[in-house]
Amino acid sequence: MKKYSEMLTTAVASVMALAMLAGCGETAATNSGSGADTNATAATEASAPADGAVFKIGAIGPLTGGAAAYGNAVCNAAELAVTEINANGGINGYQVEYSKEDDELNAEKSVNAYNTLKDWGMQMLVGSTTSACSIAVSEYTKADNMFQLTPSGSAEDCVKYDNVFRVCFSDPNQGIASAQYISDHNLATKVGIIYDSSDVYSNGIYQKFVEESEGKNYEIVSAEAFTQDNNTDFSVQLQKAKDAGADLVFLPIYYKDASLILTQANTMGYKPTFFGVDGLDGILTVDNFDASLAEGVMLLTPFAADAKDDLTVKFVTAYQDKYGEIPNQFAADAYDAVYIIKQAIEAKNLTPDMSTSDLCEAIKGAMTEIEAAGLTSSKMTWDASGEPNKEPKAVVIKDGAYVSAQ
Amino acid sequence: MSFLTYLISGLSLGSIYAIIALGYTMVYGIAKMLNFAHGDFIMVGCYIIFSVSGALSGNSLVGIIVAIILCTLLGITTEFVAYRPLRGASSPLAVLITAIGVSYFLENVALLIFGADIKSFTSVIKWEGLSFADGQLRIQGVTIVTILVSLLVLLVLQTFIKRTKQGQAMLAVAEDKGAAALMGINVNQTIMLTFAIGSALAAIAGALLCSAYPSLSPYTGAMPGIKAFVAAVLGGIGSIPGAMIGGLLLGIVEILSKTYISSQLSDAIVFGILVIVLLVKPTGIMGKVIQEKV
Repeated sequence: MKKYSEMLTTAVASVMALAMLAGCGETAATNSGSGADTNATAATEASAPADGAVFKIGAIGPLTGGAAAYGNAVCNAAELAVTEINANGGINGYQVEYSKEDDELNAEKSVNAYNTLKDWGMQMLVGSTTSACSIAVSEYTKADNMFQLTPSGSAEDCVKYDNVFRVCFSDPNQGIASAQYISDHNLATKVGIIYDSSDVYSNGIYQKFVEESEGKNYEIVSAEAFTQDNNTDFSVQLQKAKDAGADLVFLPIYYKDASLILTQANTMGYKPTFFGVDGLDGILTVDNFDASLAEGVMLLTPFAADAKDDLTVKFVTAYQDKYGEIPNQFAADAYDAVYIIKQAIEAKNLTPDMSTSDLCEAIKGAMTEIEAAGLTSSKMTWDASGEPNKEPKAVVIKDGAYVSAQ
Repeated sequence: MSFLTYLISGLSLGSIYAIIALGYTMVYGIAKMLNFAHGDFIMVGCYIIFSVSGALSGNSLVGIIVAIILCTLLGITTEFVAYRPLRGASSPLAVLITAIGVSYFLENVALLIFGADIKSFTSVIKWEGLSFADGQLRIQGVTIVTILVSLLVLLVLQTFIKRTKQGQAMLAVAEDKGAAALMGINVNQTIMLTFAIGSALAAIAGALLCSAYPSLSPYTGAMPGIKAFVAAVLGGIGSIPGAMIGGLLLGIVEILSKTYISSQLSDAIVFGILVIVLLVKPTGIMGKVIQEKV
């Protein structure tokens, strides 16, 4: 008896330990990197005007490594915007010089990249591309009082300093944007939610969504959680939404879990509208996934390359001609970022001979006053916190591809 | 009506736990070691079925057969390389830790070969299942097949152990390795056979797990494996019918606690039950109390 129970105790202790360990192993990066265009510090576009003064804009992103697809999109699109601006007479009559640096998705290297650009004479920064790098760099832009506009750093802390603004929605604000979108487009009367309570991203969006849903034209009839240790069976969460009569199920989660939810909903014969945020982007790339299951799924995204408005068509064509691929939402954010800086500078009638710090103060003031139109929204405004206020856009999956909703 | 729906969900989940638990308990019952890598054998089985059926344009039967063969080989190799040299070690902990090591090794190899991205598994069971009360109640085909397969495995294992020479040898080894060796039983071979059967079961369990929950990643087997281990302990580890009962019970408890208590707390409840069962009845529901003779 003694031997037996001793072994069992050991076993139970280890199963607990293993259960805890298993939880940690799940957050793997799933970005596929295309290592194209790894030539950092390139592309000096401008020919200086008579008095030699130019605006100098720098961009930082992971140009090599696993997230290279994001960094290259940002740096290419910023370069494209600068080229266009220069061809059309520059900012406020002054040409723009542009330079980019690789940070390899590493916060420390992002700071090095920032210092390199500062030595080069950068006055405004478009970057960094990713949240952690952007936060690291913001410590230095704050100290130097340099204007920083991150196209795609979505973590809340990215804009904690007053000199940093962003183009994309913050993670939790996607919850607000989703609530607005669902309400504005009358997508549902009863909404169910399935979220991952073990994930900061999902939890944050969920909470903001619930807050914002107060007083909207729909009601939340079920809100069920799962965790990364319990993400195989969603029958209960789905059944509860179904029993409560939800005609839309909000999924502020990553596509990995969503693909299972869609499959199980289909097995149950439950067909609500599924509505997700940017974590759902990628669901069509799941190997062997039956795309018909995702038919009609909507997701909040600032940019759809197939949209037919003039600005998008022009941008997509120019980008494709120059870089040979279809731009993603990171590219759209960065393209907008450069034009936003242009608009802010012109609003205050600034000149390149001003000090970086004076430029920053003036642009900061301008940011809260301007109303920008771009690829990611036809109307963007900012308050002093640095958070954008813009109309959310969504895409819907149709015949296995993203199509702009509406 | 909704209670019945949830009960059926619990049955689906429980049947999966049951078939995984059978493999766990089989190996534990004979070799007296916990093969924590069992869940990862399942994952390997799933990837083999996925790759083979993919290459043969959806012929899943061949995939399953290949997976059973390869998983059996994997089990034998693992036993030979990682577990056998440690069998004589003074503490049973050594082999347990090694099993955890094997588990991580397999997960990381899968990560290296197949990447972290999930793959969508095509169900090997094409049958839709039964539906009652105008389609309001549905039992999925895969649930029924899983329960039938579990029962079949249970019967075959029981018969094998009771009626064949090899099975009797297993019982002898389970009772006392030293004495069994003195009686002329090849202990190493018997334990190897146990692992071979356990791993073949893992391949079958993998096919059913991924048919019920068709998302395949290197971590697919980890959590169901641990839950199935809990099920095996609940039912009385080492007892083959116990694994079946423990599995079904655990699935139902998990789903009902998700439904009626909290969807976030279901795991805490499941593991809490394990603690309570061990306190009240340390040998599990069907476990035998072994009197050690002095």
